[in-house]
Amino acid sequence: MSLAITKINPAFVDVMPQEYLDLASDGPFAADKSVKDLGTFKELIEEHPLCAGCNLALAFRTLISALPCPEDTVIVGSTGCNSLAFPQLAIHNVHALFGNQNAVASGLKRGLKLRFPDQNKDVVVMAGDGATADIGFDMTMHSWIRGENITTVMFDNEIYANTGGQESGMTPFGTVRNMAPTGKNFQKMNVPEFAKQAGCVYVAKVSTANTAKIGQCFRNAVLAAREIGPTYIQIYTPCPTNLKMKPAESVALAKKRAKEDYAFEEYMSEEVENLLVSSGAIKPKVKKEEGKK
Amino acid sequence: MSAKNLKEVSTEYMLFEAKREEQFMTGSEAVREAIRRANVDMAIAYPITPQSESMHLIGDLYAEGYVKEYFRGENEFAVMSQVAGGAMAGVRMFTATCGPGTLRAFENFPMWAGARLPIVIGFMTRAINAPLSIQPDTIEMAMLMDTGMLMLHAENAQELYDMYLMSFSIAERTSVHIPVGIFVDGFFVTHTRQKVKVVTEDVKLKPYDPSMSPTPHIDMETPPFRYMKDPFVMKSNYVSYAAHASWQQECMASIERSRPFLKELLGSFIEQQNPDAPIQIIASGTAVSQSREAIKMAKEEGIEVGLIKVKTIRPFPAEEIRQALSKAEKIIVPEFNRVGWLAKEVASVIPNNDRMVQGPRVFGGMTMPPDVIVKVIKENALFGV
Repeated sequence: MSLAITKINPAFVDVMPQEYLDLASDGPFAADKSVKDLGTFKELIEEHPLCAGCNLALAFRTLISALPCPEDTVIVGSTGCNSLAFPQLAIHNVHALFGNQNAVASGLKRGLKLRFPDQNKDVVVMAGDGATADIGFDMTMHSWIRGENITTVMFDNEIYANTGGQESGMTPFGTVRNMAPTGKNFQKMNVPEFAKQAGCVYVAKVSTANTAKIGQCFRNAVLAAREIGPTYIQIYTPCPTNLKMKPAESVALAKKRAKEDYAFEEYMSEEVENLLVSSGAIKPKVKKEEGKK
Repeated sequence: MSAKNLKEVSTEYMLFEAKREEQFMTGSEAVREAIRRANVDMAIAYPITPQSESMHLIGDLYAEGYVKEYFRGENEFAVMSQVAGGAMAGVRMFTATCGPGTLRAFENFPMWAGARLPIVIGFMTRAINAPLSIQPDTIEMAMLMDTGMLMLHAENAQELYDMYLMSFSIAERTSVHIPVGIFVDGFFVTHTRQKVKVVTEDVKLKPYDPSMSPTPHIDMETPPFRYMKDPFVMKSNYVSYAAHASWQQECMASIERSRPFLKELLGSFIEQQNPDAPIQIIASGTAVSQSREAIKMAKEEGIEVGLIKVKTIRPFPAEEIRQALSKAEKIIVPEFNRVGWLAKEVASVIPNNDRMVQGPRVFGGMTMPPDVIVKVIKENALFGV
């Protein structure tokens, strides 16, 4: 635990911004907060500049509030809309280059293991679909293949949102976007499947249709990455600005897609299941035969 | 000797006081022997000729326990990003590459400097495609000139060994804290055997002290907890532009602030021989060794030629070079590359640069026999010097 850094020097209290004072006195550090506690504590994200109705912002806020150990977590982001929220975050975080997030996180995690061998430090990557599946795809995959103890989160808005709405590898087949003027002519990349094949021990596909689920899966993923191996969460986060819809309509779209082609999926290795059950994070699954009895 | 229970010593002790013994080794082995004593926490490797052997040997050091963490990354861009991650976590990092690998990794180098990461990186210089060549050529140095890293150019295995040992201390000074690139001409030095005086194996450098960093590490231990490495300054307002501009200036200033430390450990930025001769050769790397031979040959024919060896390319010893060349009538710049980056740098800092002779230059893997330089000396001696 490193709570010392959240303590404010008494000599500086009168000049510290109110939100910093609030974080120190009422933040989630060492307080075991979760998504359901939102509204009862001072959140780690303050005044982000993302668009109204941005589902990435919703997912971001949900994830940050679900961190199992924010006082010992560091986050690596990448270039994109999400990178505009990172400077507003009260946790040590990195923006290095576009696409190299999983490589930076690999070095960071190993470095922290060397410096703090007896202390846990969770390393989480949060990046968009372009950063994760296109420009940084080799580094995403190789961090998984090497078995790095990091959690990778993809904000999948199926578009390069920050550069003005270009097609990405995660855009569904046939969709017309900038740089795919006649419609995308190849399939959406099946990154959750790639993740399993590359050695991720926990993989979940969720959407902003169910924020409680995002929080739950993320917590599982961080705990599994800490103890066992790489984990991956893919979150559908529709972008009202580029999809040219009203902000209020974006969550409805997420709910619609969750019923159609973006339904909740979760995979975990037996080792992860045992870990999560023994730590009380999930309930043991009732086997089918036992259920019949 | 075992990696355990080594005595931790200062860089000054390591360089100037520690007992040394002479060994016969390749340049790559000299890299290994320097890193063995450098107390490196993590090294990340990716193969490319002629660098590969060096990072194999660092792998051996990991197996022996001299380096705590080591792995092969997936390509140079990834490796330089992984090295950045390690440095952000606050541990001492090392890697090496060359030629095409340097260019593959390129986007990382200005990021390292901007993020104030004290990474030491070896460049065993090599030609760049196309056409494909694995042969020696120093053209990549021209491209790295303005990335914000310190650049030292070693002439031989001994200098390479000593430069590595001093580089960590310079990179990690609070007032510097930027990457240091150690350059050596691939094959010519890495793959040839030379006598190297190495320090005995019972000592290592003191570890990196993360608390000396001018910017916090990413560890949730260093205040403030609201901290990003490195925040964007891309809002469309003057404060953003000024923040970006002043940070670039600060990084450039940190290169200048390395001068006293470099001077102390390196002795001097340039070395001179025969300073009063009207013809002066100025060179770095193995071009210096070839020039030395050429000067001997010219002397036998009655032509006096001086030599200025440049050891640091960044910071560039402009004032030292200006003074050393103040009386020169002809200035010859032999180089192992097409673009003549050293000639351009020298021309930019001296008055009357019509005194300069462009070349001789060899590239694409060619060697530079001393007679090539002698020929240029004679051509210039004939015209009124």
